[in-house]
Amino acid sequence: MKTERMMKQGFSLVALCLMTSALYLLSRYGSGYHVLIATNCAIFIALAVSYNLVNGIVGQFSLGPNAFLALGAYTSALLSLSPLDKEMSFIIDPVIWPLSIIQLPFLPSLLSGGVVAALFALLIGIPVFRVRGDYLAIVTLGFGEVVRVFANNAQSLTNGPLGLKGIAQATTLWWAWGFAMLTVFLIARLARSSYGMAMKAVCFDEDAAESIGINAFRHKLLAFVISAFFTGIGGGLLAHLITTISPSLFSFFLTFNLLIIIVLGGLGSTTGACLAAFLVTVGGEALRMVEEPFTIGSHVIPGIPGMRMVIFSLLLIVLMVFARRGLMGTQEFSWNGLTARLKKTNKRSTRAADPRY
Amino acid sequence: MDALQFTQQLINGLTLGSLYGLIAIGYTMVYGILRLINFAHGDIMMVGCYIAFYGIAIFTLPWWASFILAIVLTALLGILIDLGAYRPVRHAPRISALITAIGVSFLLENLGLVLFGGRPKAFAVPEILSSIREVSGLRIPDLHLVTIAVAILLLAVLYLILYRTNAGRAMRCIALDIETTKLMGVDVNRIIALTFAVGSAAAAAGGILWAMKYPQINPLMGIMPGLKGFIAAVLGGIGNVTGAMLGGLLLGVLEIITVAIRPDLAGYRDAMAFAVLIVILLFWPTGLLGKRNA
Repeated sequence: MKTERMMKQGFSLVALCLMTSALYLLSRYGSGYHVLIATNCAIFIALAVSYNLVNGIVGQFSLGPNAFLALGAYTSALLSLSPLDKEMSFIIDPVIWPLSIIQLPFLPSLLSGGVVAALFALLIGIPVFRVRGDYLAIVTLGFGEVVRVFANNAQSLTNGPLGLKGIAQATTLWWAWGFAMLTVFLIARLARSSYGMAMKAVCFDEDAAESIGINAFRHKLLAFVISAFFTGIGGGLLAHLITTISPSLFSFFLTFNLLIIIVLGGLGSTTGACLAAFLVTVGGEALRMVEEPFTIGSHVIPGIPGMRMVIFSLLLIVLMVFARRGLMGTQEFSWNGLTARLKKTNKRSTRAADPRY
Repeated sequence: MDALQFTQQLINGLTLGSLYGLIAIGYTMVYGILRLINFAHGDIMMVGCYIAFYGIAIFTLPWWASFILAIVLTALLGILIDLGAYRPVRHAPRISALITAIGVSFLLENLGLVLFGGRPKAFAVPEILSSIREVSGLRIPDLHLVTIAVAILLLAVLYLILYRTNAGRAMRCIALDIETTKLMGVDVNRIIALTFAVGSAAAAAGGILWAMKYPQINPLMGIMPGLKGFIAAVLGGIGNVTGAMLGGLLLGVLEIITVAIRPDLAGYRDAMAFAVLIVILLFWPTGLLGKRNA
């Protein structure tokens, strides 16, 4: 047993080293475009995995990510911009004190973004999770709109529709992938801990979980707040990647993107979320060609702008109707599973009735 | 703000509230029967507006014919969405149905963007509804009176359907217990389709009236009214049709009066509905006229 465990840990270490070297090669020899896509991919992996914590593992349908992304992005941007930059950006109304004199380095501003997002998650989570029912979806959807409205109107806090520009491009390939790996590691560990077991129990059957002493409210709130924290940091990373943020950036489409990703990967599977995030980010770029005219043989198919989104929504509906389990269902990656597949021994695991599918 | 101004704004608020109520009715009926929040409802309203618009603009139908056509076609769209997207996931767990609803909503919005174009279009308001009348110092547009009248009329019609017809009784039974209703020999699929049709028709009516009040239509116009319609439904007690209209009226009046008292908060009027939702969830989760969840 011990050697088996050491072997598995060895494999994981080797995989980690391979990945690190791949990243190094990319950062050295890859073009700017590819590095940008890879960084974007990493951020989305982290976002998807933390969104999966709420929607998949604890089973509560939240539409929150775009709100927490906005909160994290604005907080970290406002804190990391220099007072001079802020004075130049806020041309209509000067930025409020103390933001006009504060400037934090990159990491503290990221963490603050996460904390602010988590605080707001706590604020809206407490009334929502006390009530049974499907209200979380509408509350988080509405909260997204509210954040957008506030960002558009609070001129002296967020610079309104003008947004913030000139944010330092501090998100490198390493920061993004480091954050992604940390998030995946932490959430995977959480899912396998006793908290994670309790969350899955709440997802399966809340009444039964309550009857054996699991405080469903507390666990739902915990998952929601943790997810918001990581999403907030992801928002900060995004802000420092694209260096300009405005309220219109954090539209519902971001949440929808993440929703497709976790449904495609399989609700409840962290591995699935990673895989699907990679596929959708890369595939989304590839799908841009639908919006440009292209030729097949001798026929020219004209590009229809906006077709990409129609395809995405159709994809989601088709997934839900025909392939609800997604790529991985609720299974996670494991070295055991991989070797079993390679040896082609069909281990038919018993699939208990899963309330997500 | 004196009494005259207050009454003026009250009427404005009641008009806006009637619009919210018309949309809320569709939400509350579908939720009552299927326990599904039909996220696509706001976008169904948008489609109704566009059908009415194109009926007048391209097919040059008289306005009343275009409106009736829009309502009928939107009802059909509601049935189609139920058939294509919601029925396959009816026996799936809740989260799957909700995700499908989001997918349909997004599909309608983006199809609208692709087919109709993102640029806002001007909705042609018929001559007969464009006049403003003076009543003892108040200036009331005819449109406002028509809107409130339509809302009351629709509520009455809905009452007739729900309490005087067999189909309505079946709807109420399905809201109570769908399995037993099936055992009683009711064709549940047909009744659910009818519910979607009625809800979508109400949304289309609300949408057309909305488009005449704010005569600028664009494919994303259904998002905010849809959200507020749902909040109105929750405010009134979800599953309860009277509650939906009442919630809508309250929400509309609250929004207008607040902006009238504090015009500097005008930018935050959308956020107010959300604040109302949080307060309702904190203190009155079942809504004003709602019953406790079985």
